[in-house]
Amino acid sequence: MLQRCEACGAFAYPAREACPACLSAALTFVDAPRRGALLAETTARVPSDVYFRERAPWRIGLVRMDCGPTMVAHLHADCVEGAPVMMSFQLDKSGQAVAFARPERETPNMADDRQWREMTADPKFRRVLVTNGRSLIGKEAVAALKAAGAKTVFVGVSEPWRPFAGEQLLRGQQGIEVVTLDAADEKSAADLAADIGGKVDILVNTTEYVRPGGLLDRRGTSIARDEIDQAYLGFINLAQAFGPTMRMRGADGINSSAAWVNILSVHALANWPAFGAYSASQAACLSLSHCLRAELRPGGVKVMNLFTGPVDTEWFQTVPPPKVAPRAVAQAIVSGLKGGLEEIYVGDVAEEIRQRLAANPKALERELDR
Amino acid sequence: MKNSLRTPYDGIVMAAPVTIPYARYSIESAQWWIGRALSALVAKAGIKASDIDGLCVSSFTMGTDSGIGLTQHFGLCVRWLDTIPLGGASAIAALRKAARAVQARDADIVACVAGDTNHVDSFRLTLENFSRFNQDAVYPYGAGGANASFALIARNYMRTYGVTREDVGRIAVAQRANALRNPHALMKAPLTIEQYLAARPISDPIHLFDCVMPCAGAEAFLVMRDETAASLGLPAARLLSTIERHNAFADDPMQVRGGWAMDIGELYAMAGVKPDDLDVVQTYDDYPVITMMQFEDLGFCNKGEGAAFVRQHDLTIDGDFPHNTSGGQLSAGQAGAAGAYLGLVEGLRQVLGQAGSTQVKDAKLGLAAGFGMINYDRGLASGAAIFAGPAR
Repeated sequence: MLQRCEACGAFAYPAREACPACLSAALTFVDAPRRGALLAETTARVPSDVYFRERAPWRIGLVRMDCGPTMVAHLHADCVEGAPVMMSFQLDKSGQAVAFARPERETPNMADDRQWREMTADPKFRRVLVTNGRSLIGKEAVAALKAAGAKTVFVGVSEPWRPFAGEQLLRGQQGIEVVTLDAADEKSAADLAADIGGKVDILVNTTEYVRPGGLLDRRGTSIARDEIDQAYLGFINLAQAFGPTMRMRGADGINSSAAWVNILSVHALANWPAFGAYSASQAACLSLSHCLRAELRPGGVKVMNLFTGPVDTEWFQTVPPPKVAPRAVAQAIVSGLKGGLEEIYVGDVAEEIRQRLAANPKALERELDR
Repeated sequence: MKNSLRTPYDGIVMAAPVTIPYARYSIESAQWWIGRALSALVAKAGIKASDIDGLCVSSFTMGTDSGIGLTQHFGLCVRWLDTIPLGGASAIAALRKAARAVQARDADIVACVAGDTNHVDSFRLTLENFSRFNQDAVYPYGAGGANASFALIARNYMRTYGVTREDVGRIAVAQRANALRNPHALMKAPLTIEQYLAARPISDPIHLFDCVMPCAGAEAFLVMRDETAASLGLPAARLLSTIERHNAFADDPMQVRGGWAMDIGELYAMAGVKPDDLDVVQTYDDYPVITMMQFEDLGFCNKGEGAAFVRQHDLTIDGDFPHNTSGGQLSAGQAGAAGAYLGLVEGLRQVLGQAGSTQVKDAKLGLAAGFGMINYDRGLASGAAIFAGPAR
């Protein structure tokens, strides 16, 4: 995304209030062509900032974009002076969008680059806790994270003596450790954190508690209370048990903590009355995630929210397609972590709601009512 | 050589060049350093503070003060006032404005002052908050500061024109030799080309001796009409010409020339002299590669010949091309905005015959240049002035 002048078409960078070519104020951020050429590079060996001092030497360069502007950029190690590069904005550890230059073509082990990994939360080589292995999404997430090269995946299972479908996929597998966790239980979360809290680099919160119904066709508050207990208070338990240690371990050498992932219904953003109370519990979790993001930021730990429409699981049985396959959610978790994203939308329903919310929120509210 | 259409600086002079000896770190404020410089100006010129009716100030570390606050702080009552935040181009810009003010009789005696303090963390804070573009699009990239930004420029320039580190090092080594004759220079140890080449890398290709040492200090001079100087019995240098340019050659993908190249014909035409006529040259040396660029852009050689030029000339005080005779910022220290003044003030001492231990024999005609404000990817501001001592 770069600013482009609506009057004369010139691209501008760094961000300005008026076009340097024609002084128009109509500068809009648009997806700009990503190709450029690396004009010159340097390696900062004595940075003035403590963050970079700890990570020096740090390589940066000046890139001339094919579309005009020059950009100071972090460099992938395989970038060569004079050669073409592909630019993207990545979120750095402080949450700031920064320009990153990668070689135009794929190079071996490209995602393992030291400076690139500083911008991402790639599960490769990392230790991950998937909080609920009983759910379909949980099991798919474990498989996808293992396939992406995670060193260890801890899988939380409540009441582990109680058998569940797909259990054999988790038990006795190399690099997968089943641990006892009931996120809704404060003591359970604290006990597990005491055991493995210092080894969790990425936490994937797969807590799932879906019940249909809104306000008037339910009696009393017991189901709503369960929704809050499981999703919202479960989130709080996990955050209080694992968050402080993760925040402290954001720069813990090569085994530092990197990210926290929430899987949220896209109806956290716009209430879906058919699952109205559930939507509200998700909205509460979304709000809390912004608080968590702010509190983890000083440690350089990212919070990624994954928004999905109805998933193809038993609690959405009565909902007609399109529905999201649990495997698609799992793959999106991995790709979001690899990109170092803060938000990712999975599936057509989630994407549609994202777009319609931006275009006309009142119309969306009215139409979700059908 | 083209003709200049600008109004000549007839009868405009500079006097009383003063330097407050630098300190690596200071617990004093910028206002303290500026106060010392004003006091030294008054003492050296033999005037009263109330005789100063114009004031021009530059500083990075005055906090929320600007020139107006300083008038009350120092008990000055002026009828012309300016604050110039142009970094390394501040001295030339101050001189240009002050010269026209006294020429138009808006003021009679203008004090041009720059001073900065250097607390233990001042430099980093200045880096972090330098400009909006810098905060947004430079500092988050490794926080290498000016060293990293100029490293990119240096690398491109050196590759484009086949310049080696040894070529660039000649400038730093010669300036260190000059500094050893300046008792106030912060750098006191000799520097050989071998030591220069063996120095630790800071941000490739910038190595330790390519970098200035941030410090505290102040520099100042007076601008007035020649009859004022005569009535005060003050030795004074005549201002012959100036140039100033900002954001030049914006379409160059990387900086290989400064704004001087745009105005150089004007500079010599207005002064009525040629580059060869100059007895002493003071460039803005935040990095020696920028000095090499100035040798080209100020007309001492063609673009791309800077390396050959420094190989062919002796840049020391007694050499055939006396340059940055105080040791420059590289060896005397960079006292913030006073770094902009260092060359001009030393140049004035030279043509006035007041340079003492760094005096170039028979120096009559001098040039001082300024360069500053790496707002994003290049230095935006440039300027230069030519001036003559009473003997010419």
